[in-house]
Amino acid sequence: MALPSSVSSGRASARPEGAPRKPWLTYARRDALAGYVFIAPQLIGIVLFVLVPLGLIFYYAFHEWNVLAGTFTFVGLENVDRLFSDPQLAPVLTATGVFSIGLVIFNLSLALLLAVLLNRRWRGVTAFRTIFFSPVVVSLVAWTIVWGFLLQDNGGINGLLAVVGIDGPNWLREGGTAMASVIVVQVFKNVGLNMVLFLAALQGVPRELQEAARVDGASDRTVFTRIVLPLISPTILLTLVITIVGSLQVYAQIAVLTQGGPGISTTVLVYYLVQQAFEFHQFGYGSTLAILLFLIVLVLTVAQWQLRKRWVFYEN
Amino acid sequence: MRSAKTLAVAAITAATALAVTACAGGSGNTSEPTENIDLRMTVWSSNEDHLALFDSIADAYMADHPEIASITFDPLPFDDYTSTVTTQIAGGNAPDLAWILENAAPDFVSSGALVPLTDVFEATDGYEYDDLAPSATELWTADDQLVAYPFSTSPFVVFANDDLLAQAGQPTSAELQASGDWNWEKIDEIGSAVHSSTGKAGFVVRDFDYLNWDYLSTVWNGWGAAPWNADGTECTFASDEMVDAFTFLHDAAFTSQSMPGPGTTADFFAGEAAFTVTQISRANLLADGGFTWNLLPLPEGPVGEYSVTGQAGIGALANGANTAAATEFLAFFTNPENAAQLAEYFPPPRTSLLTVDTLAGANPLLTPEQIEDVVIPGIENGEVRPSHTDSAQIAQQVRAGLDALWVADADIPAVLETTCGNISPLLEG
Repeated sequence: MALPSSVSSGRASARPEGAPRKPWLTYARRDALAGYVFIAPQLIGIVLFVLVPLGLIFYYAFHEWNVLAGTFTFVGLENVDRLFSDPQLAPVLTATGVFSIGLVIFNLSLALLLAVLLNRRWRGVTAFRTIFFSPVVVSLVAWTIVWGFLLQDNGGINGLLAVVGIDGPNWLREGGTAMASVIVVQVFKNVGLNMVLFLAALQGVPRELQEAARVDGASDRTVFTRIVLPLISPTILLTLVITIVGSLQVYAQIAVLTQGGPGISTTVLVYYLVQQAFEFHQFGYGSTLAILLFLIVLVLTVAQWQLRKRWVFYEN
Repeated sequence: MRSAKTLAVAAITAATALAVTACAGGSGNTSEPTENIDLRMTVWSSNEDHLALFDSIADAYMADHPEIASITFDPLPFDDYTSTVTTQIAGGNAPDLAWILENAAPDFVSSGALVPLTDVFEATDGYEYDDLAPSATELWTADDQLVAYPFSTSPFVVFANDDLLAQAGQPTSAELQASGDWNWEKIDEIGSAVHSSTGKAGFVVRDFDYLNWDYLSTVWNGWGAAPWNADGTECTFASDEMVDAFTFLHDAAFTSQSMPGPGTTADFFAGEAAFTVTQISRANLLADGGFTWNLLPLPEGPVGEYSVTGQAGIGALANGANTAAATEFLAFFTNPENAAQLAEYFPPPRTSLLTVDTLAGANPLLTPEQIEDVVIPGIENGEVRPSHTDSAQIAQQVRAGLDALWVADADIPAVLETTCGNISPLLEG
């Protein structure tokens, strides 16, 4: 179909001769401008605090920066070579993996258990929900310092164990228990958040479906695994992604509780890169480690996003 | 789509501009202002009395120097002090002047991060540069130039809780010293008795906490041990002297239990230990101690008497915006009159100020005898805590290595050998 000449020939001939000039600020442009103004604070924040640091990290990774001497030297791929030959990287990645897997398993299973229990109409259930959620809003460092005292060799946990005749370990100083202690402290700190998300999801599961299944003879376990879990699977995916990404960013708890020890058994990747960059002043290598962390998070998130098709209900 | 492209271009442009700006931040300044100068000095004390004294010295300086618009003292948390200062330098926001801890001194001194001071100090009327004790300036000198003023040289001493000793049926600290038994062996024996009879700790090396191992130099120096040789090129952690010193410490923690084990805290100043090794400046914690205490020098080790000091210096940063003005202010801040004022809180490096009268003002809780017998010899003869370039990396490697030592069945020589293996590449550079 042939278009009228005023349309087909584009903007230059859009205004017929003698017709009044259209104002530049049309309704459409005004709407667009308003939209940009509304998103501007967020956009500026993303540019300044996400894109710029991200770009600088890639830039610094190719340089060696001696802050005290004031030298900034291009070193090419030297920092990448160092990454592959760093004898401490394997134990650091192992510690990071152990922490992440432990945190995800304990956090999600405990959060789901609590959500199922607190989804029932018990007396005082609201108070319990508040109690389990309250650590989420407590200052992370304050929470960790208090746990540091409780986990001392002569601290509160071993004091309680002594009451029942158990000689507790030196939780934060022994290789076998230090990582477990850090995981438990982190689980108790954040389990309330996942619990609330699971609670919201559980309350969205139609009761009719569960009652219909029971009428058909399904056990509680079958109802939970065949009906409830599939229906809350999008929330499980969300909490899984949040928890894994969060577990890869843990720093303060390690710094306060163990300082990466004993040995380097609790030195996770973020703690290691902060050490390299800000304590050892190896900004180039620290940036390379940050890129490694970025890639790990990216791969895990993409992998989970792809896997959702297999196990998240009502995903195509 | 066009909008998205525009936004992306704007973001990349902004990122590039900021990156260039950030990178330019570390390149230093080629020209310095001569008026409306704002000086900033980072400090790790937020003590109001300290800051008031600094401000009063700064006010006196600004009265005669109209080109100085302001002098700010910027307290930073002690735990992250060095990394915060270096991060400020990296961010192009270097302070003009900074306190520097002794363990970071070699990094700052050898890197050229500090402005040479000797020529300016010597050219300042009435500065009396020769009054600075050579032992105090040694750590802060590079190429015969002083690059930081050692404004605090604080000896490590032992405080004793005589009430707790009496409660445990042990002799007082003065009796121990008088009988010639002021040595580590006796401290361990008495500490063990105190622990078994009262449940409280025998002796505590304050701030060690099984993490900050360099505080143990207050013990191992008594065995003639050192973590590395004199020029810092060879690890000596596995030497016989060090093995003996760590054997003593290990036994104290796990056998005699005179020292609290890892993960156990005991605060001497709260009455929870019979003895503590700490710096003299902690004496102010005894103002409300509630128990009878005494001050003594470090106990004798197998090599006899010895002293250890902690030090802090003030330097003008080469990356600062006003290096000339900062250096001139530092010459005023540390001249004999102001050094005498600073001595109220910080043991001075000037030999003329190492007197009972001067130090008594700084330590009103101490008797003249304690100052004369313990504090002054400690400053004059003390060996500064160990320090080395790449101190943070070395500290982390040694801490991680020594963790294997703080278990009951540790193989002490093997652990120290491994620790040496870990830090040797760093010592060799």
